[in-house]
Amino acid sequence: MSKKGYYAGFGGRFVPETLFPALEELETAYEKLRCDSSFQEELKGLLTKYSGRPTPLYFAGRLTGHLGGAKIYLKREDLNHTGAHKINNALGQALIAIRLGKKRIIAETGAGQHGVACATAAARFGLECRVFMGEEDMRRQALNVDRMLLLGAEVVPVSSGSRTLKDATNEAIRHWVAHVEDTHYIIGSVVGPHPYPAIVRDFQRVIGDETREQIIEAEGRLPDLLMACVGGGSNAIGLFHPFVDDAAVRMMGVEAAGKGIDTGQHAATLSAGRVGVLHGSRSYLLQDDDGQIIEAYSISAGLDYPGVGPEHSALMESGRVEYTSVTDREAVAAFSLLSRLEGIIPALESSHAVAQVIKTAPTLPRGTLVVVNLSGRGDKDINSVRPWLLEGVEA
Amino acid sequence: MNRFGKAFEKGRALLPFVTAGDPDLETTRSLVLALEEAGADIIELGVPFSDPQADGPVIQAAGQRALEAGTTLSGVLEMVRSLRGVVSTPLVLMGYYNPILNYGEDRFARDAAEAGVAGVIVPDLPFDEGEDFYGVLEREGVDGILMVAPNSEEKRLIETGRRAKGFVYCVSLMGITGQESGLYDRMGDYIDRVKKHVTVPLVLGFGIDSPERAAKAAALVDGVVVGSAIVRLVERFGHDRKRLLNEVKSFAARLKGAIKP
Repeated sequence: MSKKGYYAGFGGRFVPETLFPALEELETAYEKLRCDSSFQEELKGLLTKYSGRPTPLYFAGRLTGHLGGAKIYLKREDLNHTGAHKINNALGQALIAIRLGKKRIIAETGAGQHGVACATAAARFGLECRVFMGEEDMRRQALNVDRMLLLGAEVVPVSSGSRTLKDATNEAIRHWVAHVEDTHYIIGSVVGPHPYPAIVRDFQRVIGDETREQIIEAEGRLPDLLMACVGGGSNAIGLFHPFVDDAAVRMMGVEAAGKGIDTGQHAATLSAGRVGVLHGSRSYLLQDDDGQIIEAYSISAGLDYPGVGPEHSALMESGRVEYTSVTDREAVAAFSLLSRLEGIIPALESSHAVAQVIKTAPTLPRGTLVVVNLSGRGDKDINSVRPWLLEGVEA
Repeated sequence: MNRFGKAFEKGRALLPFVTAGDPDLETTRSLVLALEEAGADIIELGVPFSDPQADGPVIQAAGQRALEAGTTLSGVLEMVRSLRGVVSTPLVLMGYYNPILNYGEDRFARDAAEAGVAGVIVPDLPFDEGEDFYGVLEREGVDGILMVAPNSEEKRLIETGRRAKGFVYCVSLMGITGQESGLYDRMGDYIDRVKKHVTVPLVLGFGIDSPERAAKAAALVDGVVVGSAIVRLVERFGHDRKRLLNEVKSFAARLKGAIKP
C-alpha cells in the first residue's frame, strides 16, 4: 500500500471531519515550504544562532573503555537550547504557524520538554502559546511547568483518563477542533495524522544528517550501529532517517519496559502492542482485548505513551530497525553510570538508549562504531531518580 | 432501500443519544424503550472508548462510567440484539474506530447486522480511510453514516454526497460534543452547501441541548441529535432508574414537541 500519508500500511488520517481542512492546509503549505529556500534558511539560522546547532558528536572514551567493546559516540542533543532535541521541531513548526498566519500555537506535553520547547519558540516569535499537560505529569515535572509559565505560556491541566501524555494529546486535539481557524497544533513527536509524522521527521532529521557528516569526519566511515530511545519516536527517526538506505548501518530503537514487560506496567508499544488507531494514525498500540487504550507506564515521563509513530511500525515490520526494551532499573543504572564516567547527566528517556548500549557494546568487536542519541539532559529527572540511587542501583 | 426512510417520513426526526453501559447496559436497554415511547425516531447508542477525541466532558465521563461498569463492544451488540423485535425505532451505534478494528471489521459488520443495528457512525473514520469498512457494512446491510462539518470543503461534500447511506450527520458547530459555544453562526449557508451535494436526509448534532435550540436546528434539516443534555440526566439520576426514565421521557417528549413542523 503506498497511499498518501502511509508508511507500508501505517499512518493515515483518522480524524473528525472538522480537522480535514486544517490538515490539508498544513500539508499544502508544508509541501511548498520544504522546498522554499527562504524558509529553510530562516530555520537554519535559528538552529545555528538560537539553538546552538550543530550539536557535537562526542567520543565517550571512558564509557567505551569501561564496557570494553564497541567504540561509543554520543550525539549531544542535550546541548540544544532548552536541553533536548524537541526544540528542532518546535522552531520549525512555529515558523510554519507564522507562514500560515496563525497567531496561536497549542501543544501537548508529557515530560514537559516539548512544552518548554514550544513555549520558547512562542516567546521568541511573539505567538500565544497554550500547553496541555496531564495533572500527574505536572506533579512529576513541576520544574518544567514553572519554565513554561516563565516563558509566558499558559499550562492547561488535564484531569481526564490517566492524566498523562495520551490524555493531554486528546485534550489538545479537542481544543484544536474548536479553534482550528486561528490555531496551529504543534505535535511533539512523529505521531498523529498525516502530515505530522512526516513534518516532525523532517525537522528532526538534522540529527542524523549532522551525525553522518561528523562520524565521517571523525572516523572516515559510516557507523555500524545507531541507538535511540523510542516513545513516540521523534529523536530515533531523526537519527535513523538519513541512514535507512545504508544497509550496512544497523539500527536499534529502545522502548521503555517499565517494571518489566511481563508485569504489564510498561510503555513498550512495538515490543508488546498490537496494531490499532489512536490520535489520528494507524500504528502499534497498547490496548486491551476490547480495543480500549491501556495506560502506559515508565519512570520516564517522555516515554510514557501507549502509541508509537507509524513509520516505526513500518520499520519494525520490514525488519530494517530492531526494537528492544529496557526496564526502569536498567535506565536508572545507565543514568548514574554515564553521569559518573563522562560527566554527562542524560535525560531518563535517553538513559534507555544508554542502557541498551551498556548491554550491547561488550558483545561487539573493538572498533565497531556505535552512535547513541543523547536526546536530552537529565537535570529534570534528579527527583525521580533519587530514591533509586539511595537504594544503590548500579550498572 | 433506505433503512431510515420511515424515521424521516413523519416530519422532523428526533435522534436522542445515550452512552451504552452508562451506568449499566440494563439501564441503557430501559432507556431505549423509554425513548421510543417518548417519540424518538432514531436512537443513537454510544459505544464507550477510552480516548474519545470528538467528545466533550459530559460524554467523556459517561464513557468512563460505562467502561468502569465493564461495558464492551460485544456486550453492547448483545444488548442491541436483545431489543430485536422489541423496538421498531432504528438503532444506530456511534463509536470510535479502534474498538471496531480490534473486534474485526467483518465480524463487527456481521454481528451488528445480526443484532439489528441500522447504522453505524464512526467520527474518526472519514470516508477516505474507511473505504473497506464502509464497504463491508454495506454488504451486510448496515448503513455507514458519514459526517460533515461547517468547514468541510466542497470536494469533500461532493464525495460525501456520492457515498452517503441512510442520512448525513452535520456537525452543528466547530468543536466537540456538548460544547456551549452556540451553534455555527452561518448555519443557513452551511446547510445550503451540504444540500447542494447530499440528497439523503440531513441531521444536525453537537451542542443542541434544549428544545429551543432543537427547534432552531430542526427548521433547517430533517432531524436533530441531542446527546450531552440527555447524558447529563443519566449522570444525575443514573442511581434511580425509575426517576431517570421519567426525566428522560419527559425531556425527549419536550424535544419532540419543539421540533414538530
